[in-house]
Amino acid sequence: MSQFAINLIFVGGSFALYIAIAIWARAGTTKEFYVAGGGVNPVMNGMATAADWMSAASFISMAGLIAAGGYANSTFLMGWTGGYVLLAMLLAPYLRKFGKFTVPDFIGDRFYSTGARLVAVACLIIASVTYVIGQMTGAGVAFSRFLEVSSDWGLMIAAVIVFLYAVMGGMKGITYTQVAQYVVLIIAYTIPAVFISLQLTDTFLPPLGLFAEHTESGMPLLAKLDQVVSELGFRDYTADVDNKLNMVLFTLSLMIGTAGLPHVIIRFFTVPKVADARWSAGWALVFIALLYLTAPAVASMARLNLLNTIYPAGPTAQAIEYAERPDWMKTWETTGLIKFDDKNNDGRIQLYNDTPAFAATAAERGWDGNELTVNNDILVLANPEIANLPGWVIGLIAAGGLAAALSTAAGLLLAISSAISHDLIKGSLKPDISEKGELLAARISMGVAIVVATWLGMNPPGFAAQTVALAFGIAAASIFPALMMGIFSKRVNSVGAISGMLAGLLSTCVYIFLYLGWFFIPGTATFENIPQNWLFGGTGYGISPLSFGAVGAMINFAVAFTVSSLTAPPPVRIQELVESVRFPRGAGQAVDH
Amino acid sequence: MANHTNNAKAYWQANLRLIIGSLVIWALVSYGFGILLRPWLAGIPVGGTDLGFWFAQQGSILTFIALIFFYAWRMNKLDKEFGVDEE
Repeated sequence: MSQFAINLIFVGGSFALYIAIAIWARAGTTKEFYVAGGGVNPVMNGMATAADWMSAASFISMAGLIAAGGYANSTFLMGWTGGYVLLAMLLAPYLRKFGKFTVPDFIGDRFYSTGARLVAVACLIIASVTYVIGQMTGAGVAFSRFLEVSSDWGLMIAAVIVFLYAVMGGMKGITYTQVAQYVVLIIAYTIPAVFISLQLTDTFLPPLGLFAEHTESGMPLLAKLDQVVSELGFRDYTADVDNKLNMVLFTLSLMIGTAGLPHVIIRFFTVPKVADARWSAGWALVFIALLYLTAPAVASMARLNLLNTIYPAGPTAQAIEYAERPDWMKTWETTGLIKFDDKNNDGRIQLYNDTPAFAATAAERGWDGNELTVNNDILVLANPEIANLPGWVIGLIAAGGLAAALSTAAGLLLAISSAISHDLIKGSLKPDISEKGELLAARISMGVAIVVATWLGMNPPGFAAQTVALAFGIAAASIFPALMMGIFSKRVNSVGAISGMLAGLLSTCVYIFLYLGWFFIPGTATFENIPQNWLFGGTGYGISPLSFGAVGAMINFAVAFTVSSLTAPPPVRIQELVESVRFPRGAGQAVDH
Repeated sequence: MANHTNNAKAYWQANLRLIIGSLVIWALVSYGFGILLRPWLAGIPVGGTDLGFWFAQQGSILTFIALIFFYAWRMNKLDKEFGVDEE
């Protein structure tokens, strides 16, 4: 059987499963559409949250970025897990006690103003749409590979499937489907990693393999990798980072962004009790950690395998001949995500770091520039092929990658549609809308969001995980501070919160757009996105657009506190509301208005 | 509800202390050991690299899990001690 047929069986089979579950648990009412009846067990909820959370960015893109950046990209690992500590302690239990459906519900009620609610809706939509762009990029890569089409076609096919899938479901359908998706994606991620860890280090568990001995050379795996990459002019894989300010701010942006993302927060409305909201965050992180502890092992092993494929006799010997390249390279070439250009016309593939520092060595070896460009986003999907694993493992990883992209895209579209239909239309513009009308508005807004995300996904502002990181920056700067102040301060009032959110949102968006294009439209960037141009770039401690969310959050806090202290405190009933969310007693089911 | 009583105040103070203690550890393992203090941990070898690298790629994640479960367990106990738990 051909690899194409195997992929089709795995992807088709897993899709049939999700669709069957979605139909079985179809949402009939608006309440089911948003929160699944408030009766999901914490372990199940943790698993569904993990699937919701781990997107194409985690599954497809993250290990590729770590492989390319080494230690420097550990930020993704810490940033995308550390946020759960903040969620469990600073937000989840109190928002569960508050007991409404959505993030703008809380912000609107706590800051007793429709204005605050509308600003929260705007923040939520901007962050979520940016996030969906990243998902579409990742899903496009996965579809282009397994259907063997160009990445633009892959993207459009992905858009149609995500749309059909999200529109059918709603929260109730999604919760059970997501449990199934978690199982598919974690198996798909782990099995190839175990195979590769056994091949390279004779260690069964990949997280232990990362720090084990490389069987072939007898050196520690990471020491071997450092040696190979440095012989090709790259930075050592484990090398420390000079700009630690940016590393700290980037990690912080990802952490507080995690705690500010509406599609994750909404999950904690679906557990039965406040105590369960705390456990749920813990279980979610356990299920996420299963993938996140494997990812760095996948990253280092994939990098080593890739370089070994190209330099079978070691990086100082002759590279592989283009005519004899393995089959996986040929199939990825058809997607346009691997490109080869024989610059020195020797018929061999030279892959190295083409920098002035390495130019002399390269010239000595007869190399005339780096000849192979490998898109970081393909690494995880190509990993089993690079390691010569059996065909069914390759089919499995295609199914896993798509599960990751679909589950998150669906969760996000749901958050966007509930913000528009529930918070914007029903909550502010047209309170007397019928239930049917509200559901229709929800579905239309999903459609619009996906069209915008697909169009922008054709020329994404970065690799899937980087685009997603931008969404985190926006959520970090706007939503998280408002929620936290709403719970932990009785003094922050409506004017303060609104000006804080606007200041955080605008400063972060403007900073991002300056370097990555206005509204991410290609070719409209004001400055080239290089470290020298960043804020404080001249000092060597520049703040990248990906890291600015943490600064935006500080601006948000500072503005909100200053403005609140200059204006009147919130009314007594609001102070009582704050008091009441702090104590679990009396939390009923999540309620509608 | 136990609003505005000393009991309620003590409960909230205990919660805040627990949060602050947990967040100190949270910051220490990630921003501390994983990033800023890595040069000082460079002398402690772990499988071909150093302890800072381990904290950045594995240690911090394991600590985060332990922190959340510890917090959930302590808080759920505190809820009962102060009589603010859900019936």
